This record gives sequence, structure tokens and C-alpha cells, in this order.
Amino acid sequence: MQLAVWTYEGPPHVGAMRVATAMEKLHYVLHAPQGDTYADLLFTMIERRSKRPPVTYTTFEARDLGKDTEQIFQDAAREAVARFNPQAIIVGASCTAELIQDDPAGLSEAMGLPCPVIPLELPSYQRKENWGASETFYQIVRNLADKTVVREPREGRKARANILGSTALGFRHRDDLVEIRKILDQLGVEVNLVAPLGATPEDITRIGQADFNIVLYPEIADEAARWLEKTFDQPAVRTVPIGVGATRSFIADVAELAGADPTPALGDTSSRMPWWSRSVDSTYLTSKRVFIFGDATHAVAAARIAREELGFEVCGLGCYARELASEVRAEAARCGIEALITDDHLAVEDAIAAAAPELVLGTQMERHIAKRLGIPCAVISAPVHVQDFPARHSPQMGFEGANVIFDTWVHPLVMGLEEHLLTMFREDFEFSDEAGASHHAAHSPRKAAVQVEHEAPVADIPAPVLVEAGATGWTDEAERELRKIPFFVRGKARRNTEAFAVADGRAQIDLETLYDAKAHYAR
Amino acid sequence: MSPLAVLDGCAAELQRDTVPANAAPRPVLRERGQREVFCGLTGIIWLHRKMQDAFFLVVGSRTCAHLLQSAAGVMIFAEPRFATAIMEERDLAGMVDAQDELDRVVTRLLERRPDIKTLFLVGSCPSEVIKLDLAKAAQRLGAQYMPRVRILNYSGSGIETTFTQGEDACLAALVPVMPALPANAPKELLIVGSLPDIVEDQFLRLFAALGIAKVGALPARNARNLPSVGPNTRYLLAQPFLGDTAMALEGRGAQRIEALFPFGVEGTSDWLRAAAREFGIDAAHVEAVIAPGRERARIALSKLRPQLTGKRITFLPDSQLEVPLARFLQDELGMELVEVGTPYLHRAHLARELDRFGANVRISEGQHLERQLDRVRADRPDITVCGLGLANPLEGEGLTTKWAIELVFSPIHGFDQAADLAELFARPLRRRDMLEV
Repeated sequence: MQLAVWTYEGPPHVGAMRVATAMEKLHYVLHAPQGDTYADLLFTMIERRSKRPPVTYTTFEARDLGKDTEQIFQDAAREAVARFNPQAIIVGASCTAELIQDDPAGLSEAMGLPCPVIPLELPSYQRKENWGASETFYQIVRNLADKTVVREPREGRKARANILGSTALGFRHRDDLVEIRKILDQLGVEVNLVAPLGATPEDITRIGQADFNIVLYPEIADEAARWLEKTFDQPAVRTVPIGVGATRSFIADVAELAGADPTPALGDTSSRMPWWSRSVDSTYLTSKRVFIFGDATHAVAAARIAREELGFEVCGLGCYARELASEVRAEAARCGIEALITDDHLAVEDAIAAAAPELVLGTQMERHIAKRLGIPCAVISAPVHVQDFPARHSPQMGFEGANVIFDTWVHPLVMGLEEHLLTMFREDFEFSDEAGASHHAAHSPRKAAVQVEHEAPVADIPAPVLVEAGATGWTDEAERELRKIPFFVRGKARRNTEAFAVADGRAQIDLETLYDAKAHYAR
Repeated sequence: MSPLAVLDGCAAELQRDTVPANAAPRPVLRERGQREVFCGLTGIIWLHRKMQDAFFLVVGSRTCAHLLQSAAGVMIFAEPRFATAIMEERDLAGMVDAQDELDRVVTRLLERRPDIKTLFLVGSCPSEVIKLDLAKAAQRLGAQYMPRVRILNYSGSGIETTFTQGEDACLAALVPVMPALPANAPKELLIVGSLPDIVEDQFLRLFAALGIAKVGALPARNARNLPSVGPNTRYLLAQPFLGDTAMALEGRGAQRIEALFPFGVEGTSDWLRAAAREFGIDAAHVEAVIAPGRERARIALSKLRPQLTGKRITFLPDSQLEVPLARFLQDELGMELVEVGTPYLHRAHLARELDRFGANVRISEGQHLERQLDRVRADRPDITVCGLGLANPLEGEGLTTKWAIELVFSPIHGFDQAADLAELFARPLRRRDMLEV
């Protein structure tokens, strides 16, 4: 048993729902107890979908157990097919139905339904949401792809690609797709199929007609792409175009497979991020310490952007998806740190508190953690909440995605000159760092400063590391000086100074020690 | 499907349910099929805030944990007083193992949270199906941790409970540990059903003004400070979904005071009057005490009535609050009830409510979701009360909706909340008329 307060991923059948909901004319008959229908609200509320997910739940109850749950399943399947007239159905069980072992696959096979039935085996007690989505997509492709398809010779026609991996409830999948289509258009590549998002089962049958595949989200599409590679001899582009550098590599990879000239796509004049990052105002971003956590793909991309495109220092990197842990470890090694691979959000909270970053890039879980610790934060990965499905176009991929990322990550920070002013005049009673950056919307007014010199949020982090650190003997004078440092770097300054004091064998931290440490850690 | 065909199906059902006129229970459309409802675990979201020294440990699957965080809508910022012990493959292999694992998880939890005084082990669908004996676990762990922590158990599983029935199961689990009220003790009043603190305080003030000296509330804000119960306990249900809790209280000798549920001017008045009558309080005094509240509610409701009068409403089954809320909307705001669906119809507790319904109100119990939605499409009510999974899709079809869950999460009982309750229904209609996009 694992003790969990919040989970990064839902059960695997929710992954299957993400695929089914993304597609058209596919229906999911899910053997599940009453109550599992809660999953509908993920799509209708968080993503604001105006249609119900195409899922029929059997919603059996205790009185049905051991009697007629098989009949209930068959009735539900028959009614769903009659009512929704899907081109294919997927059938499976949620965690409870898995235990009663009714075998939806066998039951539906015996029914002779008038459409293809794709059985799913999603072990709820071993696997999670992303795996469920990946397995579902793989089974759909494997079951429906027409293996007799012969591709026409390349001469005299455009190259064709499948874009794979976008699902319902995906982080910015809708908008990423627009950017990818734009790039393919500039390269003169035809889109054979986008799947799962918007594809029908009939569309899937002609998946073999493409010359190559584009794996946008490996968490979901890699398994299917590997099967397609074997079956149809379709190579795959696996570069995930998040960030300017990755977008350029992606363009080069696609151009090579398509035999196209990459120049027009590479020369896209809407790519503003490189100049925004080089402009002098951005100097203040240099070596900002950033902690990154998310699904593997977005976390790895974020780390690369942070290092190479914004000049941040990555002080923490991790993911909750064990399936892709090796890639995160490799990227962490490039950052000179050790990766945090866990699905326990309390462990992530401890790691963030210990690293004392100046910016957190994470999921909605890390947004909550960062808020509690008083650290600026931007969301880069699922799971996300309703505000992360914006009305406006807001991609992560392509050059426009990089523009969006620059804005999104830089916005939470205190801007250049303001940061200096805050440092210089810390004791100004109106213009204080604790009021937050001046370009941010107001939050609830702070209570009047009744206590003399109360500590700023970072110093209040209930992390053992920082509490212990406070025990070292600071002189009053040094403590006062420390408080003149803006709160968003004060935690780091305190920690560094104490580490320096210990290393240097000083029992007491006075003004001299504080400034010696400052010199020691000078960048 | 034509509306006629849909309604034809209902007519047949209605006919089958109709019994000779002298017995005269109302015809009820009973349906079975897909039910779009929460399971009883969802009650934890308000119960863990109501009982401040209690912690809820769901013994279940990743689905249970995911449900709790999704149903909570926004994730609760502070560490909440609930968690899930997620069963994994190896827990399913053998029972002994699962009990040991549970001990380990509970030990870790209680070490981490020394503030916990009552721990509920909450059963789920998977724990029920594998027959993991949580009563045994609660007993074993209770022996180990009493008196510091009291450990209780109940089931919030979807196979046994629908949404608010989780609260019923939780409160029923508290009844056996309520202190005994001696047989010779004077009569005491017990309010049963979790209410927002502000509403509970309003009621306590009213009962004090009426002259009822001893008034307890179940659940108490502190789960280790439960009210007493005995043959001289008279209890008032504040919520219509507490069938098992009521039975458990009767088992300890308590007697129910029959009343309308305290929604709106009439419901609240009836509820208070019934209690006062039971305690032998002079009727003129009662009217004097409730008059100011009645008047405030009357004035506040009169502003909303023009927006709601004549509007047609359908309730899809959700919280079992449907029947008393529909009665309020019909009697006090002049709304027309098209269909009142409820997951479970407690005929005894709702008898007086149902008596108020007009003859043509379609009452349905249970659910066959697709057929019910067909009826909604055929009826085209002005407003449909439904769960979160259905609201946006119905809006997408041009039907105005009200999320049912808000009715469980807002203060809606009593005189001073009557207009807030009406406003929950008026706002979607007003918004529909305001928007020009």
C-alpha cells in the first residue's frame, strides 16, 4: 500500500478515456462500479468540453455482484453501440471490475457486435494514466491499421506524415498541433493523419499510408510508433520541438525524412524568443536557480530551455513518470545534479524546500508547493487545472511555443531594475519585496507589520534543512544584514553562509562571515 | 427518438408502479442503467472540514485518490485531513498481507499527524470486493492507539453508497460511540446531519430562544466530543439522506421528530415548530421567536420570485436533496417541477415533502442516464440540476444547468440562507439572459 494525498496520474482507464475522448466515432464501454463516472468531469469541467466523453459505464452495484454483472456489461455494450453507432468500440475494466474478473473482451466478442471491438488490458494495480493512454492508443492502432496498405512511390507527390500523441486533457495539445501543422506546411509535408486527437477509427485504418511518423508526446505515442516502424517501415521523428533549439532540430529531422529544404521553416520571423533572451533587460535572468518537475518530456525540455535559452541554473530536475526516467536522469547529469524520480508529492516538496530555488517550473502540484513556500512558479506539464486550459492560443511547441514559454516563465519573476531597487532600499515601508513584483496582479493585502521584523515566507519553510540551519549562531548584526537581502534569495544566502561557516570552522556568523561567504560564492 | 416515444416508456413504467388509489403512494419511475453519480467517498470533502480532529483514510485504489482530488475541484491548499492507502498488486495477493500493510500505513500516518484524534478507515469498491475487513482493522488498531486516537470504519464505496450516503455511513459509524444519555435524563434535542458552522450556530441560537436547553449536533465539530444519545433523545434530521444514521439512533432509543426539511421559510418554520411542539413549548412563543427570521426570508425571497416563477425545472439524481429542494422551489418560488430525480427515495423521511408535490410532477428514482437525458431533451426545462460531468454538455446543447454539487457545498438551510438557495437557481437563468456572446 502506498499512502497518497494527491496523485500526479490517475488510473490507467483514465488514460484510455483521454484517447477515446480525443477521437471521434469511437466509444468506450467501461466495466466500472457506480461512482467511477466522476472521470467525466475531468473533461467537461477542467478542459471545458461541451460534449460528454464517449464512455458508457456499467455502474454495477453491490447487489449485482456475483449475479449478473456480465449481463449488465453486455446490455451496456449493446445499448451503447445501438445508440451511438460508433465505428469501433474499446472495452475494458476499471480497478474494481478488474477484481471481479468478468472478462469484457470475451463477453463482447461473444456478442457479435456490428463494429470492431478492441479489448484493453489495463492493470489498475500496477500501471497509471499515461501508460493506460499509451497502451490504448497502441491497441487501437494495432487493431485497426490496414496492414495491406501499400504506399505509392515518393516521386511526384508530397511527403506524408502522421502526427501522433495528442489527447484530450493534454497540456496544450490543441495548440501544439497548430504549430506543428504550420511547420509541416512550411516544409511542404502533407499530414496523413493526426491521432488520437480528432481521428476516427476509419482514419486510423490508413495510418500506414504515411511516409513517417511524428511522435509529439512519447508518453502516449512511442509504443504505437515503434509498432508502426516495424509494420509499415515508417521511421519516426522523436525530437520534441519544445524550445527554439529543439524546434530547429525538429525542423531539420522532418526536412531530412521528407527530403525538403528546411530553410523557410528555420527562418520563421515570428521566433522572438532568442532576441528577447539576448536583450539586455534579460541579463537579470542569468543563473536564476530553477527547480523543474513534471512528466518526463516537458521536464527534460524545460531543463534544456532553462540552461541553453534563458541562462538559468537548473538546481533540481525530476519527473513522476518512471517509464521515461532514464531520459530525465541523462538531462539531470548534463545539469550536474541528480534527478528526482518519484510520484510522492511530499518528496517533491521536501526537495524544493531544500533546493531553495528562485523559480519553480512544475505541475499544479508544484504550483501549490511553490505558493506555500512563497516561490514564483509557472506550470509546464500535466496534471494541470482549469486555468491551464486558456481560451487563447498558447502552445508550448514550435517557435511560437518558445515565445509563450519566455513570457510564462519570466512573468512570475521580479524584473531587472526593480530587483535592484528592492535590494538597495529594502527598508522602504511601501516598496517592499514582500509585496511582490509590481507587474503582478494584487493579491490579498498583507497584514500590517505588527511584529518587529517578522520573517519572510522562505525562511518559514517547515523543511528540516532550513530549520536546522537556523540553529547556527548568527549575531544580531548579521541577522539584520541578512534581512536586507531580498526574500527570494535570502534562503539561499542563509544556507550558503552557514555552509561556508561550517566548512571554514567558524562557530559564529557575524557580518564578516556573511560577506566572506558572499565573496566565496560569487558568480 | 421522439419525445412521445420517450414519454411512452415512462407511462408504461408509471402505470406498473401505480397501486390502488386508497394506498396512494405516488407513482415513481424506477430505472436501472448507467448512473452518473459520485460514490460515497466524496462526502469526505466536506466531512474532513466539519470534524476538525478527524482524519479520513480511504483504503482503495488510485481511482479513489484521483476521485477525491478531482471532485474537490480546486485542490485544497493545505495538507487535507484525508488520504488514500492505495492498494497495489502485492496487496491483492493475500489478506494477511493487506492487514499488515494497513497497520504500517496507519502507523506512519499517526506519527506524521499527532493532531489526529479520530481516524476513519473508509472502505472503497476494491476493498469491499476483496472483502478486506476494515472493522477488524479498526478494532485491532483502535486497541493499540486508544485513548490517543479513536479508530472507526465505514464504507464509502460506490457499490454500496451514492454521494451523500457516504455521510450517512460515516455518521452511522459514530452513533455506537456516542455517550449514553441515562433513561431518566430530561429530554434532549439532537440535530443530525452536517451543516456549515454558521448555519448550525443560527439554529442553536433559535433553539435557545425557543427554550430548548440541551441541543446536540451530529457530527460534532470535534469528533471526540460527541453528544449523548438515549431514550430521551429526540432528533431532527437536517439532511434528507440519513436513513442508516436514523436507524442507528433509533437503535439507541432516540425518536425522530417528523418535519419538513429546513429549506425555505416554510420548511424551516415547520422544522422548528415540530421540535418546539415535541418539547411542549407554547405555540405563541414559537411564532414570536421565528417571526423575524420568517420576515427576513420573505423579503429576500420576494426579490427573487419574479425571476423564478413559472420556470420549469428538472432535477437529475445526485444528492437526495432533490425532493425537499424541489418542494421549496415549487411552493415558495412558484417554479414548475418537471422531473424530480433522486438516487434513492426515502419514503418515510420524505413523506411530508412528497405530499406537497403537484399531481403532475414526475418522480424518478435510480437512473438510466441516456433515457433520462432523452427526457430532458424532450421536456426542455428552463433549468436542469445535474452533476459536474453533465453540466457543460447540456449547456452545449442549449440547456441551462445548475451544478448539483454546489447545493451540497453551500450554506442553504434555514431562514437566512433561503434567498441564497433561491439565488443558486436564479443566477444561471439571469446569466443566460445577460450574455450576448
